[in-house]
Amino acid sequence: MKELIETIVKPLVDFPEDVHVSVIEEDGRVTYQLSVNKTDMGKVIGKQGRVAKAIRTVVYAAGSSQQKKIFLEIGE
Amino acid sequence: MKQVTATGHTVEEAVESALAQLNTTKDRTEVSIIDEGKKGIFGIFGSRPAIVKVTVKIDPLEEAKNFLIQVSEKMGAPIEIEVKQDGKHVHFTLVGKNIALLIGKRGQTLNSLQYLTQLVINRFSDQYLTLILDAEDYRKRRNDTLVQLAWRLSQNAIKTGKNVSLEPMPSYERKVIHTALAENNRVKTYSDGTEPHRFIVIAPVKR
Repeated sequence: MKELIETIVKPLVDFPEDVHVSVIEEDGRVTYQLSVNKTDMGKVIGKQGRVAKAIRTVVYAAGSSQQKKIFLEIGE
Repeated sequence: MKQVTATGHTVEEAVESALAQLNTTKDRTEVSIIDEGKKGIFGIFGSRPAIVKVTVKIDPLEEAKNFLIQVSEKMGAPIEIEVKQDGKHVHFTLVGKNIALLIGKRGQTLNSLQYLTQLVINRFSDQYLTLILDAEDYRKRRNDTLVQLAWRLSQNAIKTGKNVSLEPMPSYERKVIHTALAENNRVKTYSDGTEPHRFIVIAPVKR
């Protein structure tokens, strides 16, 4: 799942080496924290959050087979 | 971007040496000549080697295709892609086993993948390209469903004399409905709300 997020985000940004994903697991829920370079924030969020929404839709679809709830947070 | 500067006795030789280093063919690259070189007298005195700079061109379609193949593989639904291009419209048809996962409820996963892949394509493309992702004839089936839905709801609107609002849809799905009801002069259609929550309203025409 972590790899999936990186595969999606890296081609979209100017600084692919600054893309990091960390995982926080609690009971019943997994939170993926995505961080990108400050100048790339706009690219992963997009106009009206369209890009962020699209990334979430794809990630949640991939995680739908798992029992746990999945969340994706985006930060610097 | 991959780039190599090479030298040779002539321009052709220099280009060939650069292509060999990049492991590619001439039609996939851009060549700029830095120095044409000089043969010199008897090939000895005052001779200067030719210098060329060869850059590998990035094919936006190839990039987008790779992106989509990798993403779907990581999602657990490996696919193959058929590519069709018609001017600035690009059409990808996905073929694979677990296509349902990639389409998602009412095509929302397919639409998201389409949006993301379109971003990737236009990062590398000179002219703006529009991309349509399709799998298992989903777009056509969806079109048929939308036309039927439009027709049924227009009957409702006429019968009750009240406006009928539809759920939010992406622009090309709204277009299908507008087109389907364009020739029906008992109702008119318009869109309301702002993207991405824009939706269609079917209104009966009062006589």
